[in-house]
Amino acid sequence: MTQEKTKTEKIPRQPMPEQPPEVRRRNFDEVPLGYDAETAAKEAQRCLQCKKPACVTGCPVEVDIPGFIKHVADGDFKTAIRLIWEKNALPAVCGRVCPQEIQCEGLCIVGKKDSPIAIGNLERFVADTERLQGTGDLPAKAPATGKRVAVVGSGPSGLTVAGDLLLKGHSVTLMEAFHKPGGVLIYGIPEFRLPKDIVASEVATLEKLGLEIKCNTVVGRTVSLDELFEEGFDAVYIGVGAGLPVFLNIPGENLNGIYSANEYLTRANLMKGYLYPKYDTPLVRGKNVAVIGAGNVAMDSARTAMRLGAENVRIVYRRSRTEMPARAAEIHHAEEEGIEMYLLTAPIEFIGDDSGHVTAMKCLKMELGEPDASGRRRPVPIEGSEFTLDCDLAVIAVGAGANPLLTQSNPEISLNKWGYITADPETGKTTKKGVWAGGDIVTGSATVILAMGAGRKAADSIHDYLKLGW
Amino acid sequence: MFKIVKRAEMAGGTVIENKIEAPRIAAKAKPGQFVILKADETGERIPLTISDIDPEKGTITVIYMVVGKSTELFKTLKEGDGYQDVIGPLGKPTHVEKLGTVVCVGGGTGVAVLYPITRAFKEAGNKVVSIIGARNKDLLILEDKMKAVSDEFHVCTDDGSYGRKGFVTEVLKEILQKDTVDLAVAIGPVPMMKFVSAITKDFNVKTLVSLNPIMIDGTGMCGGCRVSVGGKTQFACVDGPEFDGHQVDFDNLSSRLRAYAEDERKAHEAFCRVHDAK
Ligand SMILES: Cc1cc2nc3c(=O)[nH]c(=O)nc-3n(C[C@H](O)[C@H](O)[C@H](O)COP(=O)(O)OP(=O)(O)OC[C@H]3O[C@@H](n4cnc5c(N)ncnc54)[C@H](O)[C@@H]3O)c2cc1C
Ligand SMILES: Cc1cc2nc3c(=O)[nH]c(=O)nc-3n(C[C@H](O)[C@H](O)[C@H](O)COP(=O)(O)OP(=O)(O)OC[C@H]3O[C@@H](n4cnc5c(N)ncnc54)[C@H](O)[C@@H]3O)c2cc1C
Ligand code: SF4
Ligand code: SF4
Ligand code: FES
Repeated sequence: MTQEKTKTEKIPRQPMPEQPPEVRRRNFDEVPLGYDAETAAKEAQRCLQCKKPACVTGCPVEVDIPGFIKHVADGDFKTAIRLIWEKNALPAVCGRVCPQEIQCEGLCIVGKKDSPIAIGNLERFVADTERLQGTGDLPAKAPATGKRVAVVGSGPSGLTVAGDLLLKGHSVTLMEAFHKPGGVLIYGIPEFRLPKDIVASEVATLEKLGLEIKCNTVVGRTVSLDELFEEGFDAVYIGVGAGLPVFLNIPGENLNGIYSANEYLTRANLMKGYLYPKYDTPLVRGKNVAVIGAGNVAMDSARTAMRLGAENVRIVYRRSRTEMPARAAEIHHAEEEGIEMYLLTAPIEFIGDDSGHVTAMKCLKMELGEPDASGRRRPVPIEGSEFTLDCDLAVIAVGAGANPLLTQSNPEISLNKWGYITADPETGKTTKKGVWAGGDIVTGSATVILAMGAGRKAADSIHDYLKLGW
Repeated sequence: MFKIVKRAEMAGGTVIENKIEAPRIAAKAKPGQFVILKADETGERIPLTISDIDPEKGTITVIYMVVGKSTELFKTLKEGDGYQDVIGPLGKPTHVEKLGTVVCVGGGTGVAVLYPITRAFKEAGNKVVSIIGARNKDLLILEDKMKAVSDEFHVCTDDGSYGRKGFVTEVLKEILQKDTVDLAVAIGPVPMMKFVSAITKDFNVKTLVSLNPIMIDGTGMCGGCRVSVGGKTQFACVDGPEFDGHQVDFDNLSSRLRAYAEDERKAHEAFCRVHDAK
């Protein structure tokens, strides 16, 4: 054992090859290029195959991490992916976007002294290998039950519920308001971080399993929840995400050139505005860009603006670096690409020209005061610190809220004070019979894997209900 | 695909009517609501008001003015062709009730948006006075349909080529001076809605306007359609599209509608060049 340990520690964490920053900051191709089989096997050998693997407790869906890594080390990628699928239906996505440093990799025992095992990179590798070279064998489906489930919203949460219930033999119809399925994976997270082909391929697999997808269907408008039951659905899952933009409510915010991150990223990603004029949807291309906020959404917006030709892109954030909520990798990538951080800075007003386009943003410098309700030190303005920042494009990425479109017409579904759906954390059951909910519409903006975890629990509960009753 | 089952041209080909197969939408749509259409894979999402529905046949009708690249592309779609995507019905329906006398004022293609609302007010038992206008005779649309649902009907053209010479606002003023009016509905170009609202405010007559800001999703998720109403930010796609005309900041709306003016002009020219060459 000791001997084996010294042997494994000799291999350093295998770096992920990436497009160099000077190149990638002007293109939309994916940034990390992926492992090859040899590198993957080498990285896999670093894993200690712990008896009580800490990494697994850090993964919200409890992927059998040592199990799949063992197969990678043995070169058996086909078995590796099938083991992951038992817990995670979207590994190519999670390998790329999970905040591994605070989840699986954050708890990896090797990380105590050395760099942790690159679990995300390995997960991505096996998923990509299956997608590109795999057998395409689908998992086995249970015999048809004759029960019908409607899933509302095609984000990671809805896709997980759909996949699980299909395998359990139910018939599933997925309803999506947009013209393409995928939720944030398709309209929010940019191509250079999550290629859209990957999302499309995951969705295609579900279709092969029998999933019926109805895009252009706004539940609450095109069809109501009650009508779904009248149409013969036995259960409904709501996974509509946190699709409400939050604005700063400061003067000048309705000037042209000021977007919510939702709008900016939807124009860029879903509508492919970055390929304008080949695609018809325009978007403002700024020279001096200010992105307000410091989460993943802000990093994605800033890096998109850089790729669309900006000269200066600034992240403007009212707290300090330690409070920045984005994944470590995203902040690192953004800085490498030349994005500047204006920390402890809060916008107070936008200024525009005669044509109504934004030209500048007035800001105040902040300092950290006493901790607030969230336990983080509250930023307080420094008097007389006002300054002006040139900006012809501003993207507001300070969070999202609960979109009331569906919930407002269904008073039986109880909501919390912020408008999110109250659902049982173990089962996802809402207060309306036959209706489950999960993902961002229950938790508020969270992560892909948490939305999937909620979907998995709800699918189990829906399955029980269809067999046994509420 | 959402098939076009009937297509017609009006106003010398500058305004197009499409009857589209969309049974789910036809079954639910109410006056004042709209759809978002996308012609093909690379197309924009364009909002258009539902001008008429036939729930039995499962069709909806939209009427649009050809103003730029996307509507120019829509114009090329023939009977039997279709839109890749049609989403709706979106927006809040008009709140229709029996009030007494309702004046409906429409300008340009705004008349297409106004027609189903006018009909609904008529069906609810109101006395309906309609005033429709256009720049000239050839650009006037839906005259017969509007007439059929009105108790009193006026037409004006800017150049006097048909009906009365002048703006709809002049007729409106005369009516407000002689009659008691319970509600005004004004739909058309932004400056027209702004002037109508200014006049009705003097007479203290409540006024509904239907706003047409640039939209993407139409479900309240992007905030691109935000308008300032009574000093508060509202999303036209979910809080509207109809608002109290006396509260709307029309100047900000005009300015926001020009956000992509330069891009739109270039795209339109490029499309027409390629298309005319064919
Ligand atoms: C720009 C951005 C970057 C992010 N980066 C990361 C990251 O790196 N890592 C990470 O883990 N998480 C990230 N997140 C968070 C993560 O994407 C979300 O937590 C996750 O997508 C939530 O999944 P969901 O299924 O609950 O909802 P969503 O993904 O939001 O999907 C909801 C779907 O429901 C549809 N819908 C809404 N209303 C209706 C209706 N009435 N009828 C029909 N359909 C409807 C929507 O159109 C949408 O497609 C990011 C989020 C954003 C916006
Ligand atoms: C709720 C609503 C209902 C509408 N109903 C009708 C209708 O029944 N008949 C009709 O003729 N027009 C209607 N419009 C306006 C119509 O959507 C625009 O004329 C159309 O989008 C123009 O697109 P384009 O590419 O041809 O022109 P462009 O060259 O792109 O632009 C011309 C004008 O249209 C505006 N516009 C561009 N894109 C959009 C967009 N995505 N959303 C809204 N406006 C945009 C621009 O600001 C500009 O003023 C409606 C708009 C809204 C918001
Ligand atoms: S799903 Fe996410 S948290 Fe779980 S093992 Fe994979 S990368 Fe780690
Ligand atoms: S904690 Fe680290 S070393 Fe242990 S099994 Fe998990 S990945 Fe391997
Ligand atoms: S169009 Fe996006 S919020 Fe109205």
